[in-house]
Amino acid sequence: MAATETAETGTPTDAAETAVRPAVKCLVWDLDNTLWRGTLLEHDELVLRPGVLETLKALDERGILQSVASRNEYDDAWAKLESLGVADYFVLPHIGWGRKSDAVRAVAEQLNFAQNTLAFIDDQHTERAEVAYHLPDVRCYDAPEAAGLPDLPDFTPTVTSDARRRRAMYQEKFRREAAQSEFNGPDEDFLRTLDMRMSIARADEGDLARVEELTLRTSQMNATGVHYSDADLRALLTDPDHEVLITTVEDRFGSHGAVGVVLLERQPGRWRLKLLATSCRVVNFGIGTQLLRWTADQATRAGVHLEADFRRTDRNRIMEVAYRFAGFNSKPCACQEDGREAAADAPADVQRLHLVPQRQAAPTTLTVTGPVLWSGDGTGKPWA
Amino acid sequence: MTTVDNQADAATGPGAGDVQQRLVAFLGSRTGGDWDLDRDLFASGAFSSLFSLELLQHVEQEFQVTVEGDDLTLDNFRTVPAITALVQRLRGDGAAGR
Repeated sequence: MAATETAETGTPTDAAETAVRPAVKCLVWDLDNTLWRGTLLEHDELVLRPGVLETLKALDERGILQSVASRNEYDDAWAKLESLGVADYFVLPHIGWGRKSDAVRAVAEQLNFAQNTLAFIDDQHTERAEVAYHLPDVRCYDAPEAAGLPDLPDFTPTVTSDARRRRAMYQEKFRREAAQSEFNGPDEDFLRTLDMRMSIARADEGDLARVEELTLRTSQMNATGVHYSDADLRALLTDPDHEVLITTVEDRFGSHGAVGVVLLERQPGRWRLKLLATSCRVVNFGIGTQLLRWTADQATRAGVHLEADFRRTDRNRIMEVAYRFAGFNSKPCACQEDGREAAADAPADVQRLHLVPQRQAAPTTLTVTGPVLWSGDGTGKPWA
Repeated sequence: MTTVDNQADAATGPGAGDVQQRLVAFLGSRTGGDWDLDRDLFASGAFSSLFSLELLQHVEQEFQVTVEGDDLTLDNFRTVPAITALVQRLRGDGAAGR
């Protein structure tokens, strides 16, 4: 068996979306003879294999999540990870006696990640083959490759200040969800208990990496699937006709970091929403809905219509629903008949959804502040 | 856009009671309580697009319909009777044709 069984992930959509396969967002580790040397059940003296600790740290700092798929008794294996001082690096460990492909699939589903953003490392070629058979998009690696993973482009995402906190943010998310499962009222009552604060701000140069990363990482909540590079975004920051808005969210469990991006262009009589992307971490909280409602409120006060670029991908139906349920539709409007067809930078097969916006009441489940887009006041003002 | 009269017809057409019953059961299980037939699902504005998608996919799978384009509106999903009318229309067994 070749040392590398890395599954080729042909991108299902067109090449414009991603010429290269997406960076790995979560690596799932086998334990026996992969993470550590020896076999727990055989009472071996277990030590981390060479280079493993460095890889754990390096991937963690890059915001790549790490999980576990191991055939062992949960309590024994987790206690061993704790005694080795590495338990904190892992989220959603799957330690038990089921199939590894089921464990990897469950990790992807629980994180809301596409399978082609997961990787799996195991010293047993049968285990890798089993995962590759059931989950052909998951990249599989042999144990000796562990030390070299940080050098691979697959594990080299755009790294931002949020990336370093990503694991902590997910761990906060899981605590939040545990709190939610204890709470039996309607969702909105639960949301109010989170004391959630959403801040919308004009992005500056320091935010660009986070904006770019959001456009890369948000395959579901991305309206066009278009990746805006650092250079593209930099040019838009200084363009008076464009607004690049970055959204951060905090609650009583901690900060969610930057979770949303809005890119809009002022055109005569309308604002064109070229991009709306929100992180899958906050999809439960209605952040995308609130961003759209806030933008609609601002547009109403500015006396303009809204037009949104939407391009269907195989994962972003949730965005179409978000736009449609916010009132966007396909009916033509006079504001679009100014001779400006879809802009040259719009991707092919893009739909132009239209909204005659109305004033929107501020949400009752969270507080929102943002710049006053229609008056040019850039400081954060409460939505009222 | 279906008129209010058509919606009312469709919501009482053949199978409408069954559709309503299944929707009420789904929403009740989703919110952990009894669901009032005329309650506005989106009144608070706090709904997430994840919930909207879950509802849409549930309706599509449960009733074997596809909801696309300008049928995809908040008003068509706002209440159980509104969803029922949409389902009846898409299945072609309500009073209102396309």
